[in-house]
Amino acid sequence: MAVVEDGTLNSAKGAKRPIRLFRNPMAKIASIPMILTAMVVFVGGTVWTIVHSFTGSRLLPKLNWVGFDQYERLWDTPRWLISISNLALYGICSLILTLTIGFILAALLDRKIRFESAFRTIFLYPFALSFVVTGLAWQWILNPDFGLQSLVQGWGWESFQFDPLNNPDIVMFGLLIAGIWQGSGLIMCIMLAGLRGIDEDIWKAARVDGIGTVKTYVRIIIPMMRPVFITSLVLIASGIIKLYDLVVAQTNGGPGISSEVPAKYVINYMFQAQNLGQGFAASTMMLCSVIIILIPWAYLEFGGRKNA
Amino acid sequence: MPDIALTGPRGPKPKKRFSRANIFLYGTLIMVSMYYLLPLYVMIVTSLKGMPEIRLGNVFGPPLEVTFEPWVKAWSEACTGLDCTGLSKGFWNSVQILIPSVTLSIAIASLNGYALSHWKFKGSEVFFTILILGAFIPYQTMLYPIVIMLREIGLMGDLWGLVLVHTVFGMPILTLLFRNYFASIPEELFKAARVDGAGFWRIYFQIMLPMALPIFVVAIILQVTGIWNDFLFGVIYTKPATYPMTVQLNNIVNSVQGIKEYNVNMAATLLTGLVPLVIYFASGKLFVRGIAAGAVKG
Repeated sequence: MAVVEDGTLNSAKGAKRPIRLFRNPMAKIASIPMILTAMVVFVGGTVWTIVHSFTGSRLLPKLNWVGFDQYERLWDTPRWLISISNLALYGICSLILTLTIGFILAALLDRKIRFESAFRTIFLYPFALSFVVTGLAWQWILNPDFGLQSLVQGWGWESFQFDPLNNPDIVMFGLLIAGIWQGSGLIMCIMLAGLRGIDEDIWKAARVDGIGTVKTYVRIIIPMMRPVFITSLVLIASGIIKLYDLVVAQTNGGPGISSEVPAKYVINYMFQAQNLGQGFAASTMMLCSVIIILIPWAYLEFGGRKNA
Repeated sequence: MPDIALTGPRGPKPKKRFSRANIFLYGTLIMVSMYYLLPLYVMIVTSLKGMPEIRLGNVFGPPLEVTFEPWVKAWSEACTGLDCTGLSKGFWNSVQILIPSVTLSIAIASLNGYALSHWKFKGSEVFFTILILGAFIPYQTMLYPIVIMLREIGLMGDLWGLVLVHTVFGMPILTLLFRNYFASIPEELFKAARVDGAGFWRIYFQIMLPMALPIFVVAIILQVTGIWNDFLFGVIYTKPATYPMTVQLNNIVNSVQGIKEYNVNMAATLLTGLVPLVIYFASGKLFVRGIAAGAVKG
């Protein structure tokens, strides 16, 4: 080992590392883009936005402090309140439905069926498509004059009404149908991998004890798959907060402002309404909601592992 | 993250071929498959119909007279506002964005992963942790600071500005992917190369790169679909002349002027979805590996 020059074994565990700026100069040079991304864009950008959310910036960012004015105005704006409640409704429904559909599909696919890979391909392909394509396709299917509504009416059920894209009360469900179509395949895939990771002896033991299939799933398999469910939960939740393209393509926030979402609010205020301060305040609120979701997850994921 | 190694099924074995349970099982799967296949079917049949036929029927009927005119029109004549050059412009913009973005982001991320696994330096883990946490920050928080940064270096509205944005936002997940892969390469191999006098770059190009080809394929699949499907960054960091395909598609379909030509709209939508769909059907299990790794990105 003594042959090896200074500073080459630093990756070996337990090796004593002298602090010197010019050790491994090449590794540091190669890492400059990463360091800039992490420190300047991620940390710097986020801090910059939070700081400017306390200013009265309009067309251009300025440092004229207004305290919490932007936040007070934000929570007084009906459009923001609608955005938040829409996101909450979409989020809760999407979370429950995606997890349920994902798990049931994975469980069905795990029943030693034929054509498993064909079914898997069908369930997952929407995930390859963009939200814009998804939104436009479902906009057309839900078209009241030519789509689903007219089809059912054509079957003789004249009074059938299902026009989510023009009905403010159910427009979020129109988005939900498209969102679940796009995203549930991914969760199915993750759940399937989780199911495949469960020892087959569990099934044998359950059968010996005379426990029914459904009961085995509910009482034994699902509790064993807790980490998989938590991963799925975090995935779905972080996707929900980003909900933007789908809304722009499918409804563009309409009818009226009944399908607005926070991400769209931020972008409209920053880039169209020329009210930067509002946009910054709204995006800081989005960041807060992510932190609220992430902390319990990080605690469960990493805090729990230490105890185990 | 669970490892998606889709080996054999592990569920209980069904007994008879035509038992009631089996009929229920396949019935459910086929019903659900129809929900998943419906939009693709509707897009295809609509794009093959003429407008008079669409006005008479509903979206689900197969075309009586197959016409490819909507496809031609979507590609070369569809209008956004007054500009009637079709989706082809957006397609070529997207290609011009895609190639440098994929190359640059993967080059940088693979180097990061390599440095983080075999050339750790003081603080490298801290930067890496910040990078990964950054993947969870809503993009909206960083949009405007990036506008300022791009303006400072004169790339705002330029294709290369968007390339940089894609490189930055693709970095967390790709770095994680490469770091985990390089960390699994035996330390002895690295040490032997060091003893033989190879340096940072030589080990990277002559030992690590050839061994990491599979993970490069996964990274390419992940980035090509991700960047092709991007809408948010395209709409913010480019100008109308350089809009990527997704943005142009949305402008064509949701344009308020003129008569709505649903068949052209659906042909345009399919054209935009074609690139990721081809990648998906061609890559099979590798795509699954990519999304399992990219799942963090959501």
